[in-house]
Amino acid sequence: MKFHEIKEILSNKFGENTFLEINQKSNQPILQIGIQQLIEACKFLYEDERLFFDYLVCLTGIDNGLEKGTVDVLYNLTSIPYQHNLTIKVTISRQIEGYFCAIPTLSNIWKTANWHERETFDLVGIYFEGHPDLRRILLPSDWHGYPLRKDYQEQDCYHGIKVTY
Amino acid sequence: MDFQENSLKTGNGGVIITSVEDLLNWARLSSLWPMGFGLACCAIEMMASYASNYDLERFGIFPRPSPRQSDVIIVAGTVTFKMADRIRRLYEQMPEPRYVISMGSCSNCGGPYWEHGYHVVKGVDRIIPVDVYVPGCPPRPEALIGGFLKLQEKINKERPIAPQLLLKIEKETE
Repeated sequence: MKFHEIKEILSNKFGENTFLEINQKSNQPILQIGIQQLIEACKFLYEDERLFFDYLVCLTGIDNGLEKGTVDVLYNLTSIPYQHNLTIKVTISRQIEGYFCAIPTLSNIWKTANWHERETFDLVGIYFEGHPDLRRILLPSDWHGYPLRKDYQEQDCYHGIKVTY
Repeated sequence: MDFQENSLKTGNGGVIITSVEDLLNWARLSSLWPMGFGLACCAIEMMASYASNYDLERFGIFPRPSPRQSDVIIVAGTVTFKMADRIRRLYEQMPEPRYVISMGSCSNCGGPYWEHGYHVVKGVDRIIPVDVYVPGCPPRPEALIGGFLKLQEKINKERPIAPQLLLKIEKETE
């Protein structure tokens, strides 16, 4: 199924203005979704028999920096029986009242999301609401800060070892 | 002389006279058992050194599965902060005398991660004392063998049973 066909099915279900198509000219067009529609749309993408996106290939978190003040979360979906792909993008504000940004978890739809969301939490500091086990996955549990944030500052010392060169 | 005849045990063998220290050093340097411990791509070169092409066993070097049976630890690869505590513990589990070979740029000084590698320890000598540094990224098996030969030289110069006071006086009078 082609991208415009997938978009048409989604538009018929959720309305024309819910989705914004970006990056149209490239080989991988992206569909931007608001955070409110995310869970509903993903459930539909997973359950609908024409779409049948049964596999979450990858989940990416991108920090757009302090100036823009936003964080992107990208979901790459694939349907194994139909062999079609879709990329969804959700943009959220970088910080909400001093806490790091939050987005609902998708780990109850795709089990793969569990570890991907933990990694994104570990490195970018995005909080996935409703995640069953949101701990650090790569860095040690007593690490400070989120290294892939643009304003990340390394800690001076870790367990008595100087961090900088 | 006939080979057959020469290889027979006659009971007329010679005697080698040496000092206990030389004997100890010779025994230590002739069977250095490293701990089987690889962290990154350097470990691939280390494994190649153990294997038949380079055959480290001709120097009496072959890997052991436990720190309790090892004489030397080859830190072969990138040491992350998460791994640092484990390396320190493994080193402390090794019986003395114990030696450390730091293999490759990463464990020497952080290597390519020296500036932006927030997760990399900038040199394993920040955790454990290093005897020999082997440069390279990764070092070829020849370089690792060179490192072992340097370590053997170092062991050969040791004075394991000399009285400490005597060594001190010797050093002062030099």
